[in-house]
This record gives sequence, C-alpha cells and structure tokens, in this order.
Amino acid sequence: MSSAIHIVDVCKRFGQTEIIRGVSLEVAQGERHAIIGPNGAGKSTLFHLISARLPLSSGDIRLNGESIAGLTPYQINRRGLSRSFQVTNVFPRLSVFENLRCSLFWAHGYKYSFWHRLSRLDDVNQRAEEVIERIGLGKRRDIPAGVLSYAELRALEIGITIASGAEVILLDEPTAGMSRSETDDTVELIRKVTAGKTLVMVEHDMGVVFNLADRISVLVYGQIIACDTPAKIRSNPAVQEAYLGTELAIEHA
Amino acid sequence: MTRKTLYWSVLIAIIVALPLVFASNTAISLMNAMGIAIIFALSYNMILGQTGLLSFGHAVYSGLGAYIAIHVLNLVGAGKLWFPVTLLPLVGALGAMFFGVLFGYVTTRRAGTTFAMISLGIAEMVAASALMLPGFFGGEAGISTNRTVGKAFFGITYGPPIQVYYLIAGWALLCGVLMYALTRTPLGRLANAVRDNAERVEFIGYDPQRVRFLMLVLSAAFAGVAGGLSAINYEIVTSENVGPVRSGAVLLATFIGGVGEFFGPIIGAIVLTFLEVSLSSFTKAWILYFGLIFLTMVLYAPGGISSLAVLHRPFWKARLLGRIVPSYLFALSCALVLLAGIAGLVEISYFLAESSPGGAMTLLGLKFDPRTVPPWLVVALLLGLGGVSLRWAKRRVAAAWHAASQELLRRVRSVEPTDRSALGREKFTAEQML
Repeated sequence: MSSAIHIVDVCKRFGQTEIIRGVSLEVAQGERHAIIGPNGAGKSTLFHLISARLPLSSGDIRLNGESIAGLTPYQINRRGLSRSFQVTNVFPRLSVFENLRCSLFWAHGYKYSFWHRLSRLDDVNQRAEEVIERIGLGKRRDIPAGVLSYAELRALEIGITIASGAEVILLDEPTAGMSRSETDDTVELIRKVTAGKTLVMVEHDMGVVFNLADRISVLVYGQIIACDTPAKIRSNPAVQEAYLGTELAIEHA
Repeated sequence: MTRKTLYWSVLIAIIVALPLVFASNTAISLMNAMGIAIIFALSYNMILGQTGLLSFGHAVYSGLGAYIAIHVLNLVGAGKLWFPVTLLPLVGALGAMFFGVLFGYVTTRRAGTTFAMISLGIAEMVAASALMLPGFFGGEAGISTNRTVGKAFFGITYGPPIQVYYLIAGWALLCGVLMYALTRTPLGRLANAVRDNAERVEFIGYDPQRVRFLMLVLSAAFAGVAGGLSAINYEIVTSENVGPVRSGAVLLATFIGGVGEFFGPIIGAIVLTFLEVSLSSFTKAWILYFGLIFLTMVLYAPGGISSLAVLHRPFWKARLLGRIVPSYLFALSCALVLLAGIAGLVEISYFLAESSPGGAMTLLGLKFDPRTVPPWLVVALLLGLGGVSLRWAKRRVAAAWHAASQELLRRVRSVEPTDRSALGREKFTAEQML
C-alpha cells in the first residue's frame, strides 16, 4: 500500500531565501502525524506546498502514490486532500450551515450545478446537519460565520475541512489561541472526526501533539531533523537541543 | 390556498391591473421602462451582490443583446427570417451570452479592482467600436426597427404600448423567478462563497474563476433579455445602449436598492426609473439630484433601501416600530426643510448660470427675481434651519432606536431561544445592532 502523503526532497525559495531546504517525509495511510518546530521553521509553508497554495521550487509531492506537483488547490482537494488554515478562513457572510454545505457540493457530485434546488439536496443537507452537530455548533446553525466567537470559528474551520469526507486531512494549528478547556474539546473533536483517516497537523501545543500523534516530525530551519514516535522524539537529544528542551522540561515538572 | 400562492396571485393580479389603472401612455411607457430596468438591475446584482464583482460595463451585455435582437427583428421585418417577436428577448439573451463568454473569459480571471478595471476597459472598447463599426451599430443614429412585423397572434401585434407592457411584465416575472431560483442552487451558493472568500473556495474543490465566469455568463444572458425588450419597446438601439452612462445607471439603481437582498435591485430600478422620468420633467438639474441621492445613500445607508427594510423587520415583528416612527417623521420633516434649501440653491444657481440677464424665475409656483436678496435669505434660512434641526433629529432617532432595541433584547432574552427559532435569529440581529 502506498503512503498517503509522500514528500520527496521538496524545496521552496522566495527569491534568495530558502524557506524549505530539502524536506522528505512519508505519512502512512491512517497515520496521525504532527509537525512541530520553532516559529519561522517553515511548517505552514510546508502545508502551503502540499495543498498547492504555494508552488514548489523543486521536489515532488505524492498523494496516495500519484504526483500532485503542479496541480491547483481545487484539483488536489478533489483527490481527497483537505486542509484547514491557521488564520481562520471561512465564508463570513454565509451562515454556519451554508459554510458547511458549500464544502460538500463537489464531493457529492453537484459540480457547478444551477439546476438542482438546494432545499432538495437531501444528501448534502443531511451531511451538513450531521457535521454541524459533530462540531457542536447546532445552536449557531443560521448565524453568519463572521460573528462567531473565536473557538466557534476554529470548530467551523475544522468542520469545513472534514465535512466532505476527505481521506487526508491537514490541520494548521487547530488549537492556536485557545484556552485549556477549549483545547481539550478540540482535541477530542479532532480525534472523533479524523478516525480512520490520515491526519497531518502543525501544532505548537505539545500536550496536543503528544496526545494525538502517532509520529512527530521536527522541522527546524526548513529541514526535518527528526521523525519518530512521540516517546523517541522526547528523548532525542538533537531535538531537545534544537527546540523542545525548555518546553518539555516544563511539562515534566 | 397556501400563503405562497396567495402572495403570487396578488402579485400577478397587481401586474395585470397596473396598466388598466394607470392607462395613460406616459404611465405605461414609464412602467415599461421600469420592467426593463428591473431585469437589468437584477442581472447586474447577480455579479455585484451575489458574486462580489464590481463591473463598470454591464451595459455592454444588455446593449449588445439589444443590437442583435434588433437586427434579427429587422430580418424578420424584411421577410428573410421567421421568428416570433414575443420570443425576441431570447435572441437578446443568446447574443449577450455569447459576448459574456467572450469577455467574461478575460474579465473573470481576476476579482476585485482588477476585474473592475478590465470591465471598464471592455466597456470603453465596445463603446468606441459602436462608433467605428457603423454597419452593425448604426453609427450616431443607431438602428431603428418596427416591432409590429409579425402576423397578429390572437390580436397581439405589439402595436399598442399596453401589449408591450404585458410582454415586458411577463419576461420580468419569468426572469425574476429564474434569477431567484438561481440563488437557491449550488452555483448560486458558491457564488456567495467566492464573494466572501475566493481563496477558501479553492480548498473545498472549486475553481473560483469558473464560478465567476458562469455567473457572469448567466448574468449577461438576463441582461440580454432586458436589451431585447428595450429594442422592442423603443424600436431603436443606439450606441448609448452599450455606453458608460447606462452601465453607471444600473450600478446606481442596484446600489441604491441594496445589493444584500434579492429584491433590493427591484426597488432600486423602480425608484430610479421613476425619479429619472419625474425629476427630469421638473428640473434640468436632475442629474445633480441623482448624484446627491447616491451620495446620501452611500454615506448613510450603504446597504441600500432594502437593508433599511431588513433592519426594521425585527421591530416590525415585535410591534415596536411605533416607538421609532415618530422620531423618523420628525427627522423627515427636518430633512425636507434642508432639501428645500438645497433645491432652492441649486435651482437658483442653475437659473442664473443658464439664462440671459434679467427676468424672473418660478419655483413651486412662486415668481421671484433671483438677483435680489430675499430669495437668497430664504434659502440660507432653510439651509440653516434644516441643518441644525436635522442634527437634533438625528439624536432623537438614535435615542428612540436605542430604547426600542433594548426593549427588543429584553423581550427576546425573557424567552430563552430554542436552537433554531426565528427568535434566536432576532436576538442575534438585535445584539448586532447594539
């Protein structure tokens, strides 16, 4: 079985500055993989490269064994890779329900239809209701997304990402800026909605990372310096030196 | 009979009855213009309000649709072609759609300012070609026609204006229903998503360019229906039909009616067509008043007339409107005083700038000499009084509005909203407003 995501020697340069300096990574199907690293290490950039928000400078990225380099974001999405954004990125004037519904049209085969009536799209509507309950926004169903609270927006962001049932899910800092209890809820939510799927996440909260991930990659200055199970990452001296030392020490205290 | 069918029957009854009640030729030609403007403005809002594309050249589509329709009509008249006049707007639609595909392919690659600039460029290009290619556009004189070419079909010849009225009304109704239905389809919803956040659309599997393109082509088709109807109604199409003034007018009408609601452009088209006809018969400075109205709307009600209606719906439902209306009436009377002052100033200046020295002018039945002091004193007094009292009225409106909102919020909170009740939405609206 081919791996869900296979990143082969990927580089990204902005002018002279090399942000991603030869990253290779394989994520198996069904794996929960976390990417950690200090600020500016290139974690979000790597996500942008996988989802084609930014073009590659060199290297190749394969999704389920097939190269997706050079495809557009929507083509990649149609192949079953869905991503969330670090800075919340929803449709502010559409209601919560409509936000979710929009993310379902393609997966349900409605394409650019202007001959189906929305109210009759039972499959889409049912699924949207299901997701809305799952992300706990049932009470905010008909409210414009632009006025949701921060935590609700983050939940909606995850909802839009997972609604269509994509097999590979990329979450960019899903718990950024959340309180402890909100973070715990979000972790549970992520665990629930990504069951049986491949998950790659960028995350700063070490509690979340060690709680959720099967494997962890440490990205420092555009290179992966270690990729292993949480326990081994914890005890890896290079990682401790480069990045984790202080934070892990605090957590163990 | 359900409520829905009741509303529809009432609406259709009104549309049927209108030309019988207002039977003068002036009234019917006004209503015909309104019907065409409604279709045009609704089609424009498909891209402006629903897809978030500000176009400065929408008349290109209605105008080219009109040209193609009038050429086909002339072919029918010359006996070279058989086509029923009733379906001529369809020809306009197809013609405009063709140009929608052609120009839209270029314009919809980008949104925002770039789209606006390209649309302006294409509008200029088409307007310029209108004078350069007299064969198709008819040069300065335009192309004229005779709409009564077909054989009478159950007495329908489209000779009398009232028959044209029913033709326009029927098409307006059909187009209105279709355009509304479009907002309730996946494409319609995706257009809103592209408007809100085009980038995110790419990550839910859609190409925002394609969404914009499809919306523009469909919008052009409806604009073409409006163009075809105007060819029938006026029996002439000139370069003005594709010109920038027409493009500006539809932007104005749509904006003043309100882009946020489906029915907004309908209101805008009716109000603006009415003002255009009535104001222009009262005063030569009517375009100036147009500008003032537009300015006032942009400054004080950027959501247009329809947004004002929507804003007041919760109060209407809660029967709280009565608490705000008195302050509105007061503000309105102050505004009228100010308006009288402005109108006086404009009219007197216009008269002085235009007329030969000497002579008196009449305004609202009053005859006076604008070169003496008293008229200016009156104007100054009106302006001062109106300006000061309007400021005061503004505070009264704000106070009344605040009190009513508080009351609305109190009532809503006392009934804990259930999940999806309308009450929950109203609570939300009330909180938003405060």
